[in-house]
Amino acid sequence: MGIIKTIKLTFDYIRRNEEGDVEGITTAVDDLTLDIQPGDFVAILGHNGSGKSTLAKHFNSILHPTEGTVLVDGKDTMDEDKVWEIRQTAGMVFQNPDNQIIGQIVEEDVGFGPENMGVPTKEIWERVENSLKQVGMYDYRKASPNKLSGGQKQRVSIAGVLAMQPKCIILDEPTAMLDPQGRAEVIRAVTQLNQKEKITVILITHYMDEVVGADHVYVMDKGKIAFSGTPREVFSRVEELKSLRLSVPPVTELAYELKKAGIPLPDGVLTREELVEEVSKLKKEGFRRIVR
Amino acid sequence: MSVKDCILIADHLTYVYGSGTERVVKAVDDVSFMIHPGEMIGLIGHTGSGKSTLIQHLNGLLAPSEGSVYYHGKDIHDNGFDRKTFRSKVGLVFQYPEHQLFEETVHKDVMFGPKNMGLSAKEADLRAYEALKMVGLEDEYFYQSPFDLSGGQKRKVAIAGVLAMRPEVLILDEPTAGLDPKGRDEILGLVKSFKEKQNMSIILVSHSMEDVAEYVDRIMVMDNGKLVYDDVPEKVFAQYKHLEEMGLRAPEMTYITDELRKQVFPSLPVVTTLQEAKEAILGTFLLDSGVSL
Amino acid sequence: MLRDITLGQYYQTESILHRLDPRTKILASFFYMLSLFLFTNVYVYVLALAMLLLMIELSHVPFKFIIRGMKAIVVLLIITAVFNLFLTKGTTFVSFWKFTITEEGLRNAGFMSLRLIFLILGSSIMTLTTSPNQLTDGLERVFGFLKIFKVPVHELAMMMSIALRFIPILVDETDKIMKAQLARCADFESKNIFKKAKSFIPVLVPLFVSAFRRAGDLAMAMEARCYQGGQGRTKMKPLKYKGRDILTYLVFVLYLAGIFVCGILLPKLLPIY
Repeated sequence: MGIIKTIKLTFDYIRRNEEGDVEGITTAVDDLTLDIQPGDFVAILGHNGSGKSTLAKHFNSILHPTEGTVLVDGKDTMDEDKVWEIRQTAGMVFQNPDNQIIGQIVEEDVGFGPENMGVPTKEIWERVENSLKQVGMYDYRKASPNKLSGGQKQRVSIAGVLAMQPKCIILDEPTAMLDPQGRAEVIRAVTQLNQKEKITVILITHYMDEVVGADHVYVMDKGKIAFSGTPREVFSRVEELKSLRLSVPPVTELAYELKKAGIPLPDGVLTREELVEEVSKLKKEGFRRIVR
Repeated sequence: MSVKDCILIADHLTYVYGSGTERVVKAVDDVSFMIHPGEMIGLIGHTGSGKSTLIQHLNGLLAPSEGSVYYHGKDIHDNGFDRKTFRSKVGLVFQYPEHQLFEETVHKDVMFGPKNMGLSAKEADLRAYEALKMVGLEDEYFYQSPFDLSGGQKRKVAIAGVLAMRPEVLILDEPTAGLDPKGRDEILGLVKSFKEKQNMSIILVSHSMEDVAEYVDRIMVMDNGKLVYDDVPEKVFAQYKHLEEMGLRAPEMTYITDELRKQVFPSLPVVTTLQEAKEAILGTFLLDSGVSL
Repeated sequence: MLRDITLGQYYQTESILHRLDPRTKILASFFYMLSLFLFTNVYVYVLALAMLLLMIELSHVPFKFIIRGMKAIVVLLIITAVFNLFLTKGTTFVSFWKFTITEEGLRNAGFMSLRLIFLILGSSIMTLTTSPNQLTDGLERVFGFLKIFKVPVHELAMMMSIALRFIPILVDETDKIMKAQLARCADFESKNIFKKAKSFIPVLVPLFVSAFRRAGDLAMAMEARCYQGGQGRTKMKPLKYKGRDILTYLVFVLYLAGIFVCGILLPKLLPIY
């Protein structure tokens, strides 16, 4: 049983004109079925407008399917009695770091979730302390969020979700507004949570390099899953990704280009080390064989 | 190129925040450089290195604490200098298009700049069309509300809003932030076309070393308010160790070829772009295998 | 200008007043303000001044910093004084040209100005020593009894706390928007008031659009973190009265008693005014 499961999920946005009449219907998520296993690091890739954020908002019962079903830890998101349980199970981190921090002091913000859940005071403090330590923000617990960098703010947001002790964290483009340093901080924190705490991570992004460490990658287009697989499998399909307004990590692209030019490199090279190793293997084997 | 045909000269610029208080910060510290017509410059530096403060000096939004900015040889902070016209000549596009879009239609919004310059309605109208064509926005969007557009389209409209003033220098603060890979390529391709077609000078503030390596012919590196490097990409990125100390890095291609040079091909040159890396590696393969090029 | 207003600003330092329960400080400032309106004579004002000085001393906030807050109300102060000075009828004190200053006017102007100064300083000490979130917490509890009258006390406190968090962000954003429009040759320096008002439309529209977007995002983020109003919430930092709070209440009860003595008894024994 997956931790998050969608069965034939469809979501329509109804567009209205200024008078409030229905102007048209946009299908943001289209008959989508997926099953995410507990403990996995799952990435959902897609260009702007591919429906990936709309999909993510279903996992937390913020949006509800027009048709089909979403199950979070076996609970149907349409079941109104289960909404708060679902939101505790599947915590959500959003794109804009400024628009999701409620507290005026870091520790108070992290305590916001547990307060809402009615956790006793003493336990709130324990949870806040632990969560802040897990994302490496404990030293900033007394700071004002306004004084933090983007990456730090996002880590506080992650801590805020962690304090609710979820089984799964959904991150909806958490790095889109950050600089490279902030992006690296966030991805590092999330990867650690997945590996150490075995929390299921669903990362929604359009930065290719953030996806390399995932267990499974879904590529979305027009509200559907275009294809999916391990990062290596997904990044082997360079041309397809490009036709979906995406790309591949620079190393992968270089290997792909070299292969196109006649050097027999494998598909889906993901890291620098891999490429260097493959090239040096080729050198040892002798070049004459490979040059056409 | 000489001082004479410079568009902009920054001469020992220093900008101090919070003077008179205990915490005095030199956001820009004794920075000097020149900008010539048709140059495409990448401005890099980690967050807080002073990039944003620096670019605001170049169109007179901030006045330097010390030093001067010269536009075609004239000090822009001299009495009687027409700063309004000057601002139209050195166009600055900020990071978030949401910070400038406000009119009912895209077309009207783009007319805002020309109208402020005191141009006639007809002229402003023409300029808006011209600018929207330049950024390649489809006609069907011209009379839509700018708030209904996608992120990439908004960014194009924001750029058009500055282009409509026909600037000589176009400064873009992270024009690709938040866009998907295709959207990033589109915007950067567009910017490059301005340089090529209208000989506009471009300053591109970016966090993406890949983009900078791919598109610019000169890189300025800011750290701690100081201009640390001002050189061609190969020279700057060859110093990647130093860049890393400043919280920056070189493009992935530089690192890959560097590793390859250490472990496999000692003769590989320093490269910065995918195309260069591909050619260099292929060339070395051929050379090593005894096939002459 | 805006930077000069210390009213509502928090000054971070270590002092007994900072450690007090916010409810204590809110109620104490209320008592203090009340004391200024009960009686008007020299004795009462001397006692009020003594209390004020004691609190300023205990707050560890630099006197200069507190006084800076007064700059913003200088105009108000002058207007109050001038009105009282010239418009109070009574025994003529001095008279020149068309103006007459009466003894009563002099007295009123003096007391009114003092009252205003004491009011502002007294409440400043409360806000300077209470962090905004403590203040909202305190207000929520102090006015908690209003819940019986269906006043959404928790919601109002939450609104206030969110407003306080977003003010710096929106101020920063306004600056960015103004710069973006200045870069398009916008002119905010027109002398003509209508033109000036109109010139701010390009700033206000993006600002409102952004504020609404932020509000939407924030609501979503709060719901995602299980926020469902004040019902069933626990507190990370519950308010608890300590010995020092009881002491403070005692001090203020004594102070109020002193005010009554000064207001009723003393003038009878030693009449000055």
